[in-house]
Amino acid sequence: MAMFSQNPTMNGPNYSFSDTPRTKAPEGAREHRFDPYTDNGGSTLAIAGADFTIMAGDTRLTSGYNINSRYHPKVFKIGGTTSDQHDATIALSVVGFAADGEALKERLDAICKMYRYRHGKPMSVKACAQRLSTILYQKRFFPYYAYAILGGLDEEGKGAVYSYDPVGSYEREQCRAGGAAASLIMPFLDNQVNFKNQYIPGSGEGHALQERERKPLSRQEVETLVKDAFDGAVERHIEVGDGLQMMIITKDGIQEVTMPLKKD
Amino acid sequence: MFRNNYDNDSVTFSPQGRIFQVEYAAEAVKQGSVVVGITSKTHVVLVAVKRNAEELSSYQKKLFPIDEHVGIAIAGLTSDARVLSNFMKQQSLGHRLTYGRSMPVRSLVEMIGSKAQTNTQHYGKRPYGVGLLVAGVDESGPHLFEFQPSGMTEEMVAFAIGARSQMARTYLEKNLDKFASCGREELIAHGLKALKESLVQDKELTVENTSVAVAGAKSKDGGAKAEPFKVYDGQEVNAWIESVADEKEAAAGGESGEGMDVDA
Amino acid sequence: MDHRPQAWGRPRDDVYGAYDHSYLQQSGPKTATQSPVVTGTSVVAIKFKEGVVIAADNLASYGSLARFTDVKRLRTFLGTSVVGFGGDVSDMQWLDRHLKELAIDEAYDQEPTAESAEAAAKEGLNAANLYKYLQKLMYKRRNDFDPLWNQILIAGLDEDDKPFLASVDLRGTSFTSPSLATGFGAMLAQPIMRLHAATEEDAAKLTREQAVEVVKECMKVLYYRDARSLDRYSIAVVTKEGIDLKEDEQLEKQSWAFAERIKGYGTQTV
Repeated sequence: MAMFSQNPTMNGPNYSFSDTPRTKAPEGAREHRFDPYTDNGGSTLAIAGADFTIMAGDTRLTSGYNINSRYHPKVFKIGGTTSDQHDATIALSVVGFAADGEALKERLDAICKMYRYRHGKPMSVKACAQRLSTILYQKRFFPYYAYAILGGLDEEGKGAVYSYDPVGSYEREQCRAGGAAASLIMPFLDNQVNFKNQYIPGSGEGHALQERERKPLSRQEVETLVKDAFDGAVERHIEVGDGLQMMIITKDGIQEVTMPLKKD
Repeated sequence: MFRNNYDNDSVTFSPQGRIFQVEYAAEAVKQGSVVVGITSKTHVVLVAVKRNAEELSSYQKKLFPIDEHVGIAIAGLTSDARVLSNFMKQQSLGHRLTYGRSMPVRSLVEMIGSKAQTNTQHYGKRPYGVGLLVAGVDESGPHLFEFQPSGMTEEMVAFAIGARSQMARTYLEKNLDKFASCGREELIAHGLKALKESLVQDKELTVENTSVAVAGAKSKDGGAKAEPFKVYDGQEVNAWIESVADEKEAAAGGESGEGMDVDA
Repeated sequence: MDHRPQAWGRPRDDVYGAYDHSYLQQSGPKTATQSPVVTGTSVVAIKFKEGVVIAADNLASYGSLARFTDVKRLRTFLGTSVVGFGGDVSDMQWLDRHLKELAIDEAYDQEPTAESAEAAAKEGLNAANLYKYLQKLMYKRRNDFDPLWNQILIAGLDEDDKPFLASVDLRGTSFTSPSLATGFGAMLAQPIMRLHAATEEDAAKLTREQAVEVVKECMKVLYYRDARSLDRYSIAVVTKEGIDLKEDEQLEKQSWAFAERIKGYGTQTV
């Protein structure tokens, strides 16, 4: 057949479309230019107390300079028996790419519901936290672009906050800020919750200087702290504002509060 | 041992046009302890007597929640029921995830109907050895469906399946006209009375052996919220049992015949 | 033409050069839609006391060319919801076919006992259900790197018969708001609508007439300032009573007087 070839670059008859030699790409490979991610702005915050946890987030949803919605909650109750989550004991906050955040929330909630169905009891925060890490890591090579924080009460009834990166690294912490204004809020929290850089006046010079003793904050103090943190973030970050959503998790369940933030 | 030559598998018709394997499966349903379901305009109720294999063992569960709006009562092989239950749970969870609503009970029942039917038409498969009463509420109100191993499903106003269920059905037929306007408590009472009809003579309803489940539809004007499907056991059913205990029946007779290992 | 039997009818390579087979690539990486082709511009919608008003013009552009001037970009679903499409028109048509199929499947599932059409509608998928479904669909397609290149508004009523309005885009990002607009509308129409319905409470005070008026005003502003828009448009009002869809409306009360004051515009010579 090669004798009929009229194309010196191709070593063959070169008349049938399907006969063309091509560079072989792996099966199922796709070429794309589509960017599957966006950043929808917003910020979240969680603080653990002695017998409560407060989860908070603003309710603005942005894309670029547009405000898509002024009320789009970022904090969700997880693992209740019904879809209104009236008896939920765990809360999850997500920021980053809103669609991924939502998908993540629904995955975790479905898993909690299956757990309850199979075991006849709700999932503990510890177990839920571990599972969330697994969910995130399962998508290690096409990650959920979402910064998640999980909050609840541990086996001893103490406030528990678990924070995550988008691929599932997690740790339990006293407090954590996430999202657009995390870098604005976190240092404030370090100072106000963990008393970083606070020393007892006149206790010494240099290394002898004694740190202020850490003690868990009261619920009232934490609520004020959260509001102050967000008021500050709203002033300095354009993607944060409109409304503040707060979930207060205690042994009596989850109480949800929303209050206005500046809309500019 | 064989009744005839046409009952070795479920793909062969007998010359009389019967499929014996399917009929035998229906027999397994009749050996399970009795379950009763009734609907009114506002509620749907399931009641059941649980059996224990021996004095020392626990009672086999008869009522299972599937999703927040639907649950099942089983008569027959519990393990087969669990397969169907898991499938229904998966389907209703998936439906809730994609549409954000409760799965219509009819759709759910039709799915297990076709699933069960395929088992009666493939060589090497075995029909489910269990009958179900599926009770639930959706946008169109309360529903009760009967499911049989043959894959037959049918909507019912009130129904009973399982051992000696004919007695219960006779009670239901007699009181059929009353059900539609019944309130929640009345409906449960009717259910328990029907259940008592089917009991062997020296047996009584106790907190150990009685299960009750209720689901309520949301009111048409949007006033009352839907009551999620909930199973009541133990002391929770005590008041209901006592409310129907007044009319004492004469006690005599023997135990139900020892059948194959069902419900225990 | 090549007359040899193996290649009869083909252009001769020595005359026309070798055929470039890259145009008919059959293996190699699969390429999904990577950019929209024929596109629709903004969709605008606002809630009012009893329902939602939604509008979109009838233009489908091919780049800057006003290619099709009679394309309906508002589609109804089950006679209870309206879906407005911005972005790629072929993807819109695919979605429309898909939703029609869904509506038929849904109709088969209906209770055979449903007495009236109203009762049947109550049992079917409402706008909130449809929104959830479309969000899942769009998000799945983005996960497959084969997005449907649209931004969609869904208008209708929720399970409690309250006005419902939501948006989904090609990445599956979804949200609700008292007023919504896609594309240029997000910048030009949304500020106007937010003057009238900044919150849900404000929207609940609007009458149907007011809401229609606001939307028409928005369509006018968009026609003035969006180069890919048209003065023929579709507008739908969704309420409990059903959908009032008009698909061939003409923009009224336009004023181009401002044009005279703009230098270098139109026929001015100075």
